[in-house]
Amino acid sequence: MFEIAKSYLKLKIAMSDGVCAGLDPITPHLFASQCTRFIDGFIVTLELLVFSSLIGFAVAVLIVMARVSGRPLLSIPAQAYTYVFRGTPLLVQLWILYYGLGSLGEAGLGPLWPFFKEGWWVGLLTLVLNTSAYVAEILRGGIENLPRGQVEAAEACGMGWWLRMRRIIFPQALRIAWPAYGNEIILLLKGSALVSTVTVLDLMGQTRTIFARSYNLSIFLYGAILYLVMAGAITLILRFVEHRMAIPRVARKAAADPATAPTR
Amino acid sequence: MPQNVWSLLAFGDTGWGDELLAGASITVQLAIVSLACGLILGLILAFGRLSHWRALRWLTDVYIIFIRGTPEFLVLLLVFFGLDQVVHMAATGLGFQSGFEIPKFAAAVAGLSLIFGAYASEVFRGAYLAVPPGQIEAAMACGMSSSQVFRRIRLPQMWRFAIPGLTNLWMVLLKDTSLAAVIALDELLRQAKVASEATREPLLFYVSAGVLYLVLTGISDIVRHRLERSAQRGFAR
Repeated sequence: MFEIAKSYLKLKIAMSDGVCAGLDPITPHLFASQCTRFIDGFIVTLELLVFSSLIGFAVAVLIVMARVSGRPLLSIPAQAYTYVFRGTPLLVQLWILYYGLGSLGEAGLGPLWPFFKEGWWVGLLTLVLNTSAYVAEILRGGIENLPRGQVEAAEACGMGWWLRMRRIIFPQALRIAWPAYGNEIILLLKGSALVSTVTVLDLMGQTRTIFARSYNLSIFLYGAILYLVMAGAITLILRFVEHRMAIPRVARKAAADPATAPTR
Repeated sequence: MPQNVWSLLAFGDTGWGDELLAGASITVQLAIVSLACGLILGLILAFGRLSHWRALRWLTDVYIIFIRGTPEFLVLLLVFFGLDQVVHMAATGLGFQSGFEIPKFAAAVAGLSLIFGAYASEVFRGAYLAVPPGQIEAAMACGMSSSQVFRRIRLPQMWRFAIPGLTNLWMVLLKDTSLAAVIALDELLRQAKVASEATREPLLFYVSAGVLYLVLTGISDIVRHRLERSAQRGFAR
Protein backbone atom coordinates (compact mmCIF):
# COMPACT_ATOMS: atom_id res chain seq x y z
CA MET A 1 0.00 0.00 0.00
CA PHE A 2 2.75 2.36 1.01
CA GLU A 3 4.69 1.43 -2.13
CA ILE A 4 1.72 2.28 -4.33
CA ALA A 5 1.30 5.66 -2.66
CA LYS A 6 4.98 6.37 -3.13
CA SER A 7 5.03 5.53 -6.80
CA TYR A 8 1.82 7.53 -7.34
CA LEU A 9 3.55 10.52 -5.77
CA LYS A 10 6.51 10.02 -8.09
CA LEU A 11 4.16 9.78 -11.05
CA LYS A 12 2.54 13.09 -10.09
CA ILE A 13 5.90 14.84 -9.89
CA ALA A 14 6.96 13.35 -13.22
CA MET A 15 3.67 14.44 -14.74
CA SER A 16 3.93 18.06 -13.68
CA ASP A 17 7.60 18.16 -14.76
CA GLY A 18 6.76 16.67 -18.12
CA VAL A 19 3.78 18.89 -18.79
CA CYS A 20 5.72 21.98 -17.82
CA ALA A 21 8.67 21.05 -20.00
CA GLY A 22 6.24 20.84 -22.90
CA LEU A 23 4.45 24.09 -22.04
CA ASP A 24 7.63 26.06 -21.35
CA PRO A 25 8.36 27.31 -24.90
CA ILE A 26 4.75 28.21 -25.72
CA THR A 27 3.65 30.03 -22.57
CA PRO A 28 4.49 33.47 -21.16
CA HIS A 29 7.42 33.67 -18.81
CA LEU A 30 5.26 34.39 -15.76
CA PHE A 31 3.30 31.19 -16.27
CA ALA A 32 6.31 29.09 -17.20
CA SER A 33 8.19 30.16 -14.07
CA GLN A 34 5.31 28.98 -11.85
CA CYS A 35 4.18 26.14 -14.06
CA THR A 36 4.87 23.21 -11.73
CA ARG A 37 2.83 24.90 -8.99
CA PHE A 38 -0.11 25.37 -11.35
CA ILE A 39 0.04 21.79 -12.56
CA ASP A 40 0.40 20.45 -9.00
CA GLY A 41 -2.74 22.37 -8.08
CA PHE A 42 -4.46 21.13 -11.23
CA ILE A 43 -3.79 17.54 -10.18
CA VAL A 44 -5.08 18.13 -6.62
CA THR A 45 -8.28 19.67 -8.00
CA LEU A 46 -8.67 16.76 -10.41
CA GLU A 47 -8.23 14.24 -7.57
CA LEU A 48 -10.82 16.00 -5.43
CA LEU A 49 -13.22 16.17 -8.36
CA VAL A 50 -12.88 12.50 -9.32
CA PHE A 51 -13.23 11.19 -5.77
CA SER A 52 -16.02 13.52 -4.72
CA SER A 53 -18.07 12.94 -7.86
CA LEU A 54 -17.79 9.15 -7.66
CA ILE A 55 -18.45 8.85 -3.91
CA GLY A 56 -21.05 11.62 -4.12
CA PHE A 57 -22.92 9.74 -6.83
CA ALA A 58 -23.00 6.55 -4.76
CA VAL A 59 -24.31 8.46 -1.72
CA ALA A 60 -26.86 10.24 -3.91
CA VAL A 61 -28.22 6.91 -5.17
CA LEU A 62 -28.75 5.78 -1.58
CA ILE A 63 -30.45 9.05 -0.68
CA VAL A 64 -32.76 9.05 -3.67
CA MET A 65 -33.76 5.44 -3.01
CA ALA A 66 -34.65 6.41 0.55
CA ARG A 67 -36.49 9.44 -0.79
CA VAL A 68 -38.70 7.51 -3.22
CA SER A 69 -39.08 4.44 -0.99
CA GLY A 70 -42.49 5.57 0.22
CA ARG A 71 -41.53 4.88 3.83
CA PRO A 72 -41.62 8.04 5.97
CA LEU A 73 -38.90 6.68 8.25
CA LEU A 74 -36.53 6.74 5.27
CA SER A 75 -37.90 9.48 3.07
CA ILE A 76 -38.19 12.23 5.70
CA PRO A 77 -34.51 12.09 6.78
CA ALA A 78 -33.52 11.99 3.10
CA GLN A 79 -35.64 15.05 2.43
CA ALA A 80 -34.17 16.87 5.43
CA TYR A 81 -30.66 16.02 4.24
CA THR A 82 -31.18 17.47 0.76
CA TYR A 83 -32.97 20.50 2.20
CA VAL A 84 -30.14 21.38 4.58
CA PHE A 85 -27.30 20.83 2.13
CA ARG A 86 -29.03 22.64 -0.73
CA GLY A 87 -30.20 25.46 1.51
CA THR A 88 -26.83 26.51 2.93
CA PRO A 89 -23.71 27.76 1.15
CA LEU A 90 -20.93 25.26 0.48
CA LEU A 91 -18.45 27.58 2.16
CA VAL A 92 -20.47 27.51 5.41
CA GLN A 93 -20.63 23.72 5.31
CA LEU A 94 -16.89 23.55 4.76
CA TRP A 95 -16.11 25.90 7.63
CA ILE A 96 -18.52 24.13 10.00
CA LEU A 97 -16.74 20.86 9.35
CA TYR A 98 -13.17 22.14 9.25
CA TYR A 99 -13.04 25.00 11.76
CA GLY A 100 -16.17 24.05 13.73
CA LEU A 101 -15.73 20.32 14.25
CA GLY A 102 -11.97 20.70 14.01
CA SER A 103 -12.03 22.97 17.05
CA LEU A 104 -13.12 20.03 19.19
CA GLY A 105 -9.61 18.71 18.72
CA GLU A 106 -8.23 15.36 19.68
CA ALA A 107 -10.13 15.37 22.96
CA GLY A 108 -13.53 15.76 21.31
CA LEU A 109 -13.04 13.78 18.13
CA GLY A 110 -10.92 10.89 19.37
CA PRO A 111 -9.99 8.52 16.56
CA LEU A 112 -11.54 10.86 13.95
CA TRP A 113 -9.07 13.63 14.75
CA PRO A 114 -6.43 12.67 12.13
CA PHE A 115 -9.20 12.88 9.53
CA PHE A 116 -10.53 16.28 10.59
CA LYS A 117 -7.03 17.70 10.92
CA GLU A 118 -6.43 17.48 7.18
CA GLY A 119 -8.01 20.13 4.98
CA TRP A 120 -7.95 17.76 2.01
CA TRP A 121 -10.04 15.10 3.74
CA VAL A 122 -12.52 17.57 5.19
CA GLY A 123 -12.74 19.25 1.79
CA LEU A 124 -13.46 15.91 0.16
CA LEU A 125 -16.08 15.06 2.80
CA THR A 126 -17.81 18.41 2.36
CA LEU A 127 -17.86 18.13 -1.42
CA VAL A 128 -19.29 14.60 -1.18
CA LEU A 129 -22.04 15.66 1.25
CA ASN A 130 -22.88 18.74 -0.81
CA THR A 131 -22.90 17.21 -4.27
CA SER A 132 -24.79 14.10 -3.16
CA ALA A 133 -27.70 16.31 -2.05
CA TYR A 134 -27.84 18.03 -5.45
CA VAL A 135 -27.38 14.82 -7.43
CA ALA A 136 -30.08 13.09 -5.39
CA GLU A 137 -32.47 15.90 -6.30
CA ILE A 138 -31.49 15.62 -9.98
CA LEU A 139 -32.05 11.87 -9.99
CA ARG A 140 -35.38 12.29 -8.24
CA GLY A 141 -36.40 14.65 -11.04
CA GLY A 142 -35.45 11.93 -13.53
CA ILE A 143 -37.43 9.28 -11.68
CA GLU A 144 -40.52 11.46 -11.39
CA ASN A 145 -40.41 12.33 -15.09
CA LEU A 146 -40.57 8.67 -16.01
CA PRO A 147 -43.86 7.66 -17.66
CA ARG A 148 -46.09 6.10 -15.02
CA GLY A 149 -47.08 3.29 -17.38
CA GLN A 150 -43.56 1.88 -17.40
CA VAL A 151 -43.54 1.35 -13.67
CA GLU A 152 -47.00 -0.19 -13.84
CA ALA A 153 -45.94 -2.48 -16.67
CA ALA A 154 -42.94 -3.62 -14.64
CA GLU A 155 -45.21 -4.30 -11.67
CA ALA A 156 -47.57 -6.23 -13.92
CA CYS A 157 -44.63 -8.36 -15.06
CA GLY A 158 -44.18 -9.31 -11.43
CA MET A 159 -40.99 -7.39 -10.81
CA GLY A 160 -40.22 -6.56 -7.20
CA TRP A 161 -39.20 -3.10 -5.98
CA TRP A 162 -35.49 -3.71 -6.28
CA LEU A 163 -35.67 -5.33 -9.71
CA ARG A 164 -37.90 -2.55 -11.00
CA MET A 165 -35.49 0.02 -9.67
CA ARG A 166 -32.48 -1.67 -11.21
CA ARG A 167 -33.85 -2.60 -14.63
CA ILE A 168 -36.57 -0.08 -15.42
CA ILE A 169 -36.50 3.04 -13.32
CA PHE A 170 -32.88 3.82 -12.65
CA PRO A 171 -31.36 3.30 -16.13
CA GLN A 172 -33.98 5.54 -17.69
CA ALA A 173 -33.95 8.14 -14.94
CA LEU A 174 -30.20 8.42 -15.38
CA ARG A 175 -30.61 9.13 -19.10
CA ILE A 176 -33.21 11.80 -18.44
CA ALA A 177 -31.11 13.34 -15.68
CA TRP A 178 -27.77 13.16 -17.48
CA PRO A 179 -27.56 16.73 -18.88
CA ALA A 180 -28.48 18.18 -15.49
CA TYR A 181 -25.95 15.84 -13.91
CA GLY A 182 -23.29 17.18 -16.24
CA ASN A 183 -24.09 20.71 -15.05
CA GLU A 184 -23.73 19.57 -11.47
CA ILE A 185 -20.25 18.15 -12.15
CA ILE A 186 -19.16 21.51 -13.55
CA LEU A 187 -20.61 23.24 -10.48
CA LEU A 188 -18.77 20.73 -8.30
CA LEU A 189 -15.51 21.57 -10.08
CA LYS A 190 -16.11 25.26 -9.43
CA GLY A 191 -17.17 24.64 -5.85
CA SER A 192 -14.01 22.64 -5.19
CA ALA A 193 -12.06 25.91 -5.41
CA LEU A 194 -13.38 26.73 -1.94
CA VAL A 195 -11.18 24.08 -0.33
CA SER A 196 -8.36 26.58 -0.79
CA THR A 197 -9.85 28.42 2.22
CA VAL A 198 -9.03 25.43 4.44
CA THR A 199 -5.33 25.28 3.55
CA VAL A 200 -5.59 22.88 0.60
CA LEU A 201 -3.25 23.75 -2.26
CA ASP A 202 -5.59 22.87 -5.09
CA LEU A 203 -5.53 24.85 -8.34
CA MET A 204 -7.22 27.81 -6.63
CA GLY A 205 -4.96 27.53 -3.60
CA GLN A 206 -1.84 27.56 -5.77
CA THR A 207 -3.21 30.43 -7.83
CA ARG A 208 -3.82 32.47 -4.68
CA THR A 209 -0.37 31.65 -3.32
CA ILE A 210 1.37 32.69 -6.52
CA PHE A 211 -0.76 35.84 -6.68
CA ALA A 212 0.09 36.77 -3.10
CA ARG A 213 3.78 36.73 -4.06
CA SER A 214 3.67 38.60 -7.36
CA TYR A 215 0.45 40.61 -7.09
CA ASN A 216 0.10 40.20 -10.85
CA LEU A 217 -3.49 39.87 -12.03
CA SER A 218 -2.66 37.64 -14.98
CA ILE A 219 -2.00 34.88 -12.44
CA PHE A 220 -5.77 34.67 -11.92
CA LEU A 221 -6.29 34.49 -15.67
CA TYR A 222 -3.87 31.56 -15.95
CA GLY A 223 -5.73 29.83 -13.14
CA ALA A 224 -9.03 30.53 -14.89
CA ILE A 225 -7.71 29.10 -18.18
CA LEU A 226 -6.71 25.89 -16.44
CA TYR A 227 -10.18 25.62 -14.87
CA LEU A 228 -11.72 26.25 -18.29
CA VAL A 229 -9.59 23.49 -19.81
CA MET A 230 -10.80 21.08 -17.15
CA ALA A 231 -14.44 22.17 -17.53
CA GLY A 232 -14.19 21.77 -21.31
CA ALA A 233 -12.71 18.29 -21.02
CA ILE A 234 -15.44 17.24 -18.57
CA THR A 235 -18.14 18.54 -20.90
CA LEU A 236 -16.71 16.51 -23.80
CA ILE A 237 -16.43 13.33 -21.73
CA LEU A 238 -19.99 13.67 -20.41
CA ARG A 239 -21.33 14.26 -23.91
CA PHE A 240 -19.48 11.17 -25.13
CA VAL A 241 -21.03 9.07 -22.36
CA GLU A 242 -24.44 10.51 -23.17
CA HIS A 243 -24.13 9.36 -26.77
CA ARG A 244 -22.87 5.97 -25.71
CA MET A 245 -25.79 5.27 -23.42
CA ALA A 246 -28.47 6.78 -25.61
CA ILE A 247 -31.06 4.26 -26.82
CA PRO A 248 -31.01 4.22 -30.63
CA ARG A 249 -34.06 5.67 -32.34
CA VAL A 250 -35.53 6.94 -29.07
CA ALA A 251 -35.80 10.70 -29.09
CA ARG A 252 -34.16 12.31 -26.12
CA LYS A 253 -36.29 14.38 -23.80
CA ALA A 254 -35.95 18.12 -23.95
CA ALA A 255 -33.57 18.24 -21.04
CA ALA A 256 -32.93 21.95 -21.11
CA ASP A 257 -36.50 22.86 -20.22
CA PRO A 258 -35.91 25.38 -17.44
CA ALA A 259 -39.27 24.69 -15.85
CA THR A 260 -38.50 21.04 -15.16
CA ALA A 261 -34.78 21.34 -14.54
CA PRO A 262 -33.90 20.58 -10.94
CA THR A 263 -33.23 23.67 -8.94
CA ARG A 264 -29.99 24.56 -7.33
CA MET B 1 -23.58 24.58 28.77
CA PRO B 2 -26.89 25.77 27.22
CA GLN B 3 -26.85 28.89 29.40
CA ASN B 4 -23.44 29.72 28.00
CA VAL B 5 -24.69 29.21 24.44
CA TRP B 6 -27.62 31.58 24.87
CA SER B 7 -25.47 34.28 26.43
CA LEU B 8 -23.09 34.02 23.47
CA LEU B 9 -25.96 34.42 21.02
CA ALA B 10 -27.64 37.18 23.03
CA PHE B 11 -28.17 40.70 21.72
CA GLY B 12 -26.27 43.65 23.08
CA ASP B 13 -22.64 44.16 24.07
CA THR B 14 -22.04 40.76 25.58
CA GLY B 15 -23.59 38.49 22.95
CA TRP B 16 -23.11 38.14 19.21
CA GLY B 17 -26.75 37.77 18.17
CA ASP B 18 -27.10 41.34 16.93
CA GLU B 19 -23.81 41.14 15.01
CA LEU B 20 -24.99 37.99 13.26
CA LEU B 21 -28.29 39.61 12.34
CA ALA B 22 -26.49 42.71 11.07
CA GLY B 23 -24.38 40.37 8.94
CA ALA B 24 -27.51 38.68 7.62
CA SER B 25 -28.86 42.10 6.69
CA ILE B 26 -25.68 42.89 4.72
CA THR B 27 -26.02 39.49 3.03
CA VAL B 28 -29.56 40.30 1.92
CA GLN B 29 -28.58 43.78 0.73
CA LEU B 30 -25.64 42.36 -1.20
CA ALA B 31 -27.86 39.76 -2.85
CA ILE B 32 -30.58 42.25 -3.79
CA VAL B 33 -28.23 44.87 -5.23
CA SER B 34 -26.36 42.16 -7.16
CA LEU B 35 -29.67 40.81 -8.41
CA ALA B 36 -30.67 44.22 -9.81
CA CYS B 37 -27.30 44.83 -11.48
CA GLY B 38 -27.14 41.25 -12.69
CA LEU B 39 -30.59 41.37 -14.29
CA ILE B 40 -29.64 44.48 -16.27
CA LEU B 41 -26.37 42.90 -17.35
CA GLY B 42 -28.21 39.70 -18.21
CA LEU B 43 -30.64 41.52 -20.48
CA ILE B 44 -27.79 43.33 -22.25
CA LEU B 45 -25.89 40.07 -22.72
CA ALA B 46 -29.00 38.27 -23.95
CA PHE B 47 -29.47 40.87 -26.67
CA GLY B 48 -25.77 40.53 -27.49
CA ARG B 49 -26.26 36.82 -28.03
CA LEU B 50 -29.37 37.35 -30.15
CA SER B 51 -27.84 40.18 -32.17
CA HIS B 52 -27.21 40.13 -35.91
CA TRP B 53 -23.57 41.14 -35.49
CA ARG B 54 -21.39 38.11 -35.41
CA ALA B 55 -18.61 39.83 -33.47
CA LEU B 56 -21.03 40.78 -30.69
CA ARG B 57 -22.44 37.25 -30.53
CA TRP B 58 -18.97 35.81 -30.38
CA LEU B 59 -17.88 38.22 -27.65
CA THR B 60 -20.86 37.48 -25.39
CA ASP B 61 -20.44 33.75 -26.01
CA VAL B 62 -16.82 33.90 -24.90
CA TYR B 63 -17.79 35.84 -21.80
CA ILE B 64 -20.49 33.34 -20.85
CA ILE B 65 -18.21 30.36 -21.41
CA PHE B 66 -15.59 32.05 -19.24
CA ILE B 67 -18.03 32.58 -16.36
CA ARG B 68 -19.55 29.11 -16.63
CA GLY B 69 -16.18 27.39 -16.47
CA THR B 70 -14.40 29.51 -13.88
CA PRO B 71 -14.99 29.16 -10.13
CA GLU B 72 -17.12 31.96 -8.66
CA PHE B 73 -14.45 32.34 -6.02
CA LEU B 74 -11.80 33.06 -8.64
CA VAL B 75 -14.02 35.55 -10.47
CA LEU B 76 -14.72 37.36 -7.21
CA LEU B 77 -11.04 37.61 -6.30
CA LEU B 78 -10.13 38.68 -9.83
CA VAL B 79 -12.71 41.47 -9.72
CA PHE B 80 -11.76 42.49 -6.20
CA PHE B 81 -8.03 42.78 -6.85
CA GLY B 82 -8.59 44.00 -10.41
CA LEU B 83 -10.82 46.88 -9.33
CA ASP B 84 -8.39 47.63 -6.54
CA GLN B 85 -5.49 47.97 -8.96
CA VAL B 86 -7.50 49.98 -11.48
CA VAL B 87 -8.66 52.43 -8.80
CA HIS B 88 -5.18 52.63 -7.40
CA MET B 89 -3.70 53.40 -10.82
CA ALA B 90 -6.41 55.93 -11.62
CA ALA B 91 -5.94 57.65 -8.27
CA THR B 92 -2.17 57.94 -8.57
CA GLY B 93 -2.54 58.91 -12.23
CA LEU B 94 -4.78 61.81 -11.26
CA GLY B 95 -2.23 62.93 -8.71
CA PHE B 96 -3.95 61.70 -5.54
CA GLN B 97 -1.95 60.09 -2.81
CA SER B 98 -2.20 56.33 -2.86
CA GLY B 99 -4.17 54.54 -0.19
CA PHE B 100 -7.37 54.81 -2.14
CA GLU B 101 -9.51 51.76 -1.53
CA ILE B 102 -12.45 50.34 -3.42
CA PRO B 103 -15.40 49.68 -1.07
CA LYS B 104 -15.66 45.95 -0.48
CA PHE B 105 -19.41 46.02 -0.92
CA ALA B 106 -19.05 47.50 -4.41
CA ALA B 107 -16.40 44.95 -5.35
CA ALA B 108 -18.59 42.09 -4.15
CA VAL B 109 -21.60 43.46 -6.05
CA ALA B 110 -19.50 43.77 -9.19
CA GLY B 111 -18.22 40.19 -8.93
CA LEU B 112 -21.57 38.63 -8.06
CA SER B 113 -23.52 40.51 -10.72
CA LEU B 114 -20.97 39.62 -13.40
CA ILE B 115 -21.61 35.97 -12.54
CA PHE B 116 -25.37 36.35 -12.19
CA GLY B 117 -25.60 38.30 -15.46
CA ALA B 118 -23.93 35.55 -17.47
CA TYR B 119 -26.34 32.89 -16.22
CA ALA B 120 -29.35 35.21 -16.42
CA SER B 121 -28.61 35.96 -20.07
CA GLU B 122 -29.04 32.24 -20.82
CA VAL B 123 -32.41 32.29 -19.08
CA PHE B 124 -33.51 35.42 -20.95
CA ARG B 125 -32.40 34.02 -24.27
CA GLY B 126 -34.30 30.80 -23.60
CA ALA B 127 -37.39 32.80 -22.61
CA TYR B 128 -37.12 34.96 -25.73
CA LEU B 129 -36.97 31.89 -27.95
CA ALA B 130 -39.69 30.07 -26.00
CA VAL B 131 -42.43 32.38 -27.28
CA PRO B 132 -44.11 30.31 -30.01
CA PRO B 133 -43.22 31.60 -33.51
CA GLY B 134 -46.87 31.36 -34.53
CA GLN B 135 -47.70 34.20 -32.14
CA ILE B 136 -44.98 36.38 -33.63
CA GLU B 137 -46.25 35.66 -37.14
CA ALA B 138 -49.80 36.38 -36.07
CA ALA B 139 -48.74 39.71 -34.56
CA MET B 140 -46.87 40.65 -37.71
CA ALA B 141 -49.87 39.62 -39.81
CA CYS B 142 -51.92 42.05 -37.69
CA GLY B 143 -49.55 44.74 -38.88
CA MET B 144 -47.46 45.26 -35.76
CA SER B 145 -43.97 46.63 -36.19
CA SER B 146 -41.09 44.63 -34.78
CA SER B 147 -40.82 46.91 -31.76
CA GLN B 148 -44.54 46.50 -31.13
CA VAL B 149 -44.20 42.74 -31.41
CA PHE B 150 -41.44 42.88 -28.85
CA ARG B 151 -43.29 45.13 -26.41
CA ARG B 152 -46.73 43.57 -26.69
CA ILE B 153 -46.10 39.91 -27.43
CA ARG B 154 -42.60 38.90 -26.43
CA LEU B 155 -41.79 40.91 -23.30
CA PRO B 156 -44.97 40.05 -21.33
CA GLN B 157 -44.50 36.35 -22.01
CA MET B 158 -40.73 36.26 -21.45
CA TRP B 159 -41.48 36.98 -17.81
CA ARG B 160 -43.50 33.78 -17.57
CA PHE B 161 -40.81 31.66 -19.18
CA ALA B 162 -37.95 33.28 -17.30
CA ILE B 163 -39.33 33.06 -13.75
CA PRO B 164 -38.35 29.47 -12.89
CA GLY B 165 -34.80 30.00 -14.16
CA LEU B 166 -34.37 33.35 -12.45
CA THR B 167 -35.66 32.21 -9.06
CA ASN B 168 -33.22 29.33 -9.28
CA LEU B 169 -30.39 31.77 -9.98
CA TRP B 170 -31.47 33.89 -7.03
CA MET B 171 -30.97 30.91 -4.72
CA VAL B 172 -27.48 30.40 -6.16
CA LEU B 173 -26.72 34.11 -5.76
CA LEU B 174 -27.91 34.17 -2.15
CA LYS B 175 -25.56 31.33 -1.29
CA ASP B 176 -22.69 32.79 -3.29
CA THR B 177 -22.77 35.98 -1.21
CA SER B 178 -20.98 33.95 1.47
CA LEU B 179 -17.84 34.11 -0.71
CA ALA B 180 -17.59 37.81 0.16
CA ALA B 181 -16.48 36.71 3.63
CA VAL B 182 -13.12 35.85 2.07
CA ILE B 183 -12.58 39.48 1.01
CA ALA B 184 -13.55 40.50 4.58
CA LEU B 185 -16.89 42.11 3.76
CA ASP B 186 -18.92 42.08 7.00
CA GLU B 187 -21.69 39.82 5.81
CA LEU B 188 -23.17 36.91 7.72
CA LEU B 189 -20.39 34.36 7.37
CA ARG B 190 -17.68 36.92 8.08
CA GLN B 191 -19.48 38.01 11.26
CA ALA B 192 -19.64 34.38 12.33
CA LYS B 193 -15.90 34.11 11.69
CA VAL B 194 -15.16 37.25 13.74
CA ALA B 195 -17.38 35.98 16.56
CA SER B 196 -15.81 32.55 16.56
CA GLU B 197 -12.32 33.98 16.64
CA ALA B 198 -13.21 36.25 19.57
CA THR B 199 -14.94 33.55 21.60
CA ARG B 200 -13.14 30.44 20.35
CA GLU B 201 -16.50 28.82 19.67
CA PRO B 202 -16.36 28.24 15.87
CA LEU B 203 -18.78 25.32 15.88
CA LEU B 204 -21.54 27.31 17.56
CA PHE B 205 -21.19 30.39 15.36
CA TYR B 206 -20.74 28.66 12.01
CA VAL B 207 -23.76 26.45 12.72
CA SER B 208 -25.74 29.58 13.71
CA ALA B 209 -24.73 31.22 10.43
CA GLY B 210 -25.80 28.06 8.60
CA VAL B 211 -29.20 28.18 10.30
CA LEU B 212 -29.64 31.83 9.32
CA TYR B 213 -28.77 30.99 5.70
CA LEU B 214 -31.34 28.22 5.88
CA VAL B 215 -33.92 30.75 7.06
CA LEU B 216 -33.05 33.08 4.16
CA THR B 217 -33.27 30.32 1.55
CA GLY B 218 -36.46 29.04 3.19
CA ILE B 219 -38.10 32.46 2.84
CA SER B 220 -36.86 32.65 -0.76
CA ASP B 221 -38.43 29.28 -1.42
CA ILE B 222 -41.84 30.52 -0.29
CA VAL B 223 -41.54 33.65 -2.44
CA ARG B 224 -40.43 31.47 -5.34
CA HIS B 225 -43.55 29.31 -5.14
CA ARG B 226 -45.77 32.40 -5.08
CA LEU B 227 -43.98 33.95 -8.06
CA GLU B 228 -44.11 30.77 -10.08
CA ARG B 229 -47.76 30.36 -9.37
CA SER B 230 -48.52 33.93 -10.39
CA ALA B 231 -46.42 33.53 -13.54
CA GLN B 232 -48.39 30.43 -14.49
CA ARG B 233 -51.75 32.08 -13.89
CA GLY B 234 -54.29 31.06 -16.50
CA PHE B 235 -52.08 28.40 -18.05
CA ALA B 236 -52.83 24.72 -17.79
CA ARG B 237 -49.82 22.81 -16.52
